[in-house]
Amino acid sequence: MNFSKINWKKNAIIWGIPLVGVILLSFFPQYGSAYWVTRLSYFLMYIILAVAWTIFSGATGYISLASSAFFGVGIYAAALLGESMPLIFVVLIGGAASFVLAFIFGAITLRLRGIYFAMFTFGLVLLFKELIYYYEITVEGLRGRFVVLQSNDTIYYYLLGIFVVTMIAAYFMRRSKFGLALRSIGQNEEAAAHTGVNVTMVKILTFAVSAIFMGAAGVVMATKWTYVDPGVAFNLMISFTPVLMAIFGGMGNIYGPVIGAVLFTYIQEVLTTGDLKNYYMLIFGAVLIGAIVFMPNGLMGVIQKLVGLVRKWRKGGSVEQNANT
Amino acid sequence: MEHFLSIFIGGLLIGGIYSLVSMGLSLQYGVAKVLNIAHGEFLMIGAFLTFVLQQNGVDPLLTVVIIAPLMFIVGFIIYRTIFTTIRLKASNPGVFESNALLAAFGLYFIVQNIGRLIWGTTPQSYSYLPGTVSLGGALFNDSRLVAAAFAIAVGAAFYLYLARARTGKAIRAAAQDPTTAGLMGVNINNTLALCFGFGAAMAGVAGALISVCYPISTTMGLGYTVIAIVVITLGGLGSIPGSFIGGFILGVIGTAVTSWDAGLSVASYYVIFVILLLVRPKGLFGK
Amino acid sequence: MRILEGEKVTKYFGGLAAVSEVDFSVEQGEIFGLIGPNGAGKTTLFNLISGAFTPKSGVIKFKGKKISGLKPYKICRMGMARTFQEVKIFGGVPAIENVSLGALFGGPKAMSTAQATKEAGELLDFVGFTVPKNIPAGGLTLVNQKRVEIARALATKADMLLLDEVMAGLTPTETAEAMELVKRIRDRGFTVFMIEHVMKAIMGVCDRIMVLHHGEKIADGTPQEIATSKKVIEVYLGE
Repeated sequence: MNFSKINWKKNAIIWGIPLVGVILLSFFPQYGSAYWVTRLSYFLMYIILAVAWTIFSGATGYISLASSAFFGVGIYAAALLGESMPLIFVVLIGGAASFVLAFIFGAITLRLRGIYFAMFTFGLVLLFKELIYYYEITVEGLRGRFVVLQSNDTIYYYLLGIFVVTMIAAYFMRRSKFGLALRSIGQNEEAAAHTGVNVTMVKILTFAVSAIFMGAAGVVMATKWTYVDPGVAFNLMISFTPVLMAIFGGMGNIYGPVIGAVLFTYIQEVLTTGDLKNYYMLIFGAVLIGAIVFMPNGLMGVIQKLVGLVRKWRKGGSVEQNANT
Repeated sequence: MEHFLSIFIGGLLIGGIYSLVSMGLSLQYGVAKVLNIAHGEFLMIGAFLTFVLQQNGVDPLLTVVIIAPLMFIVGFIIYRTIFTTIRLKASNPGVFESNALLAAFGLYFIVQNIGRLIWGTTPQSYSYLPGTVSLGGALFNDSRLVAAAFAIAVGAAFYLYLARARTGKAIRAAAQDPTTAGLMGVNINNTLALCFGFGAAMAGVAGALISVCYPISTTMGLGYTVIAIVVITLGGLGSIPGSFIGGFILGVIGTAVTSWDAGLSVASYYVIFVILLLVRPKGLFGK
Repeated sequence: MRILEGEKVTKYFGGLAAVSEVDFSVEQGEIFGLIGPNGAGKTTLFNLISGAFTPKSGVIKFKGKKISGLKPYKICRMGMARTFQEVKIFGGVPAIENVSLGALFGGPKAMSTAQATKEAGELLDFVGFTVPKNIPAGGLTLVNQKRVEIARALATKADMLLLDEVMAGLTPTETAEAMELVKRIRDRGFTVFMIEHVMKAIMGVCDRIMVLHHGEKIADGTPQEIATSKKVIEVYLGE
C-alpha cells in the first residue's frame, strides 16, 4: 500500500458501491413486498455462509465440511434460549458458542492433513446429528423443538447486520497481515512455520472466527423455521452448499463467494420450487463437478481472465498474471 | 457367553461384506487418491439392479456376473473423464485430493438422485435361502452365511490378483509412486482408472450380496460409505489386507454396540473414526 | 562466542539413526559448512536445529538457550531462519509479500505492513532480485525463487541463517553470484550455516566445515584440513 498517493477513484469503488448497496438493502422492507423480504433473507443467509466459509477454507485450502455443525449450534441456541432473552443476546451467544466449539475442534483436528480434516469435519456433523437425535429420543422422549417466531422484517434486518459484519471481517482478514499468513499457510505450511508464523494458532483462530458468523446466522434462521430437529439443524446440505457457492463464484476475490451465493440461491429456488424439483440434487451435483473440472478459479476467475484479455488486447502490453489462491 | 459368541459370529458375517466394500474404497483412495464419497451409491445401484433381476427370475448370486463388469465400466469411464481431468489440472497432489473429494460429492448427489428417480425411497426386500443354521447357540440365516462366504471369496480372489498378476503389479507400482511408475511404462491414467473401476465393481458386488440378506433402500449408500471410510482408516489408508481385516473388526464392534443400544451404532462408528484419526491416523496396520 | 551448539544430537527414523550423537558448534559471525554424501543426515540435522523435528536425545542450544523441542516459529523468532533444499515459497503470493511475511511474523517485534513492505523491497534488492516484485513467486525462475527464499529468511531479522543447498541447480554464473551473496550476508552480521554439494563453493566461502557420513560426524576443521583429511577423501572417493 502506498499511503502518499491515495487512489480516490479506487476507494470510491471499494467502499462506495457496497455502501450504497447496503443502504438500499436496509430500506428494502419499506418498499419491497413481504415475499421479496423473505427471499432476500435466504440470499443473505447463503452469502454469509459462503463468505464465512471462504475466510478460512478459501485461504488455507483446508476444506471444512463443518459449516452445518456451527449453523446447527446457532439453531439450537435459538431453540433453547429464544424464549428467555431478546434475540440480540441469543445471536451473540449462538455466535460465541460456535466460536468455542470451532476453537476446540480446530485445536484437535487442524493438525490433520488436508483430506483427513475434510473427512473429520464431515464426520463431525453426522456425529452431532446422531447424538442429539439419540439424546432427544431416549433421554427427553421428544423429537424436535419449537422456536419463538420472529417477524420477517426482524429476521431480514438481523441477517443484513450479520452480512455487513461478515463482509467487513472478510475484507480486513484478507488485507491484514493475518490474511497474508493464512494464504502463506495455504501455499506452504512448513515454510510459513519456519518464517515465524504460529501456524496452529492462526489456523484455529480463523476457523473459530469464521464459525461465529455461521452460528449467528443459524440463530436468526431458526426463528424463521419455528420447528427444528437435528435433521434440520445438522443438515449436510448446509455444509456443502456454501462450498459449492464459493468454488463456483471463485475464492480469489472477496466478491466471488457473494456472486456464487446469489446465483446459486436463485438457481436452487427455481429448481426446488418448479417442475425440476425431483432433479435438484442431480443438477446440483452436475454443477459441482462442472465447476471443479472447468472453472477451478470460479466465475470471478473467468471474469478476471476475460478482463485481462480485453486489457491486453486494448493496450497491447503485458498483463499481470492472476494469482488466484 | 453364548450371547457373546453369537454377537461375534454375527459381526464376522456382516464384517465379510464390510471388508469387500472397504477394499473397493481402499483401491479408490489408496491408489487412485479419490476419497469417493459416492462409493456407497454404487453399492446401492448394485443392490437395486440385483433386486430388479431377481424379480425377473434371475438368481441373485448370478447377477454378479452382470453387475461387476457393468460397474467396472461405469467407474472406469467416470475416472477417465472427470478425475483424470482434475488430476492433470491440479497443481499438486493435495489440491487433487481436495478437488476430487468435492467432485465425488457431486457424484454422490447425482447417483443418489438417479436411484431415487427410478426406485423411489421405499425400502425393498426379497426372500432368498430362507433356511437357518445354528451357530454358537444362535440361529443365522443361510443367506447371510452364503453372502459372507461369497464376499470373502471375492475379496481373497482380488487380493491374489493384485499380488500376482501383471496388472496388479502395475497398480501397486502406481500406488507407491505414480510418476516413477509412469516413467517405467505404466499407463498411469488407465491404471488409476482401473483401480477406480475395480472399486466401483466391488461396491456393486457388495450391494448385490447385501440385497440377498437385508432390506435395501435408495438412501442406504452413505451409511456404507461411512463404514468403508472408518474401515480404511482402521486398516491403514491404501492397505488392501488392512481393509480386509478392518472390515471384520468393525463388523464385530458394530454388532456389539447394536445389541447394546441400536440407536448408538452409527454414532459408535464416528467415535471410532474420530479417535483413530487423532490417535493413530496411519491405522492399526499402517506402516 | 558460540552462537549455536549441539551435544550428542540423535534422531532415528524407523530404527535407523539418521543423525547419531553429533556434536557441533558454530561461532558467531562465521560461515560454517556442512557436507557429506547423499543420505548422510545433513538436512535432518537442519530440521532438528530449526525445530521441524525433535531430537531423540541430545541438546541443541542457540545463544545459550536450549531450543531442541521448541516449535519452528519460536525458534525462528529467537533469530534462526532457514531455506529449504527444495525451495518452499508461497507460489500464489507476490514475491514481495513472501518476503514481508518474514518481517511481519519472524521478527522479534511487531511492525506495520507498510514498514514490512519497505524492508522486503530493500532485501529483494540486496539479494539481487531484479524482476518486478509483485509477480506471484510461483512463476519465477529457480534462481529468483531461491533469492526470494533467502530474502524471506533475512527479513526475519535473524542472527543465524541455515542455507540448505542454495546453489543446487544453478548455472556457474549464478553459483558465483550466490557465493558472493553468502559473503555479503555474513558481512551484514549474520552467522551462516550452510549445506552444500558444490565443493568449489563450500571450500571458497566457509571458515570451517563439518563432514557427516551415515549420520555420524567424521571430521571438522578448516577447508584445508578437510580437503587433506584421509577419512573425508575415503568417504567421497570410496562411494
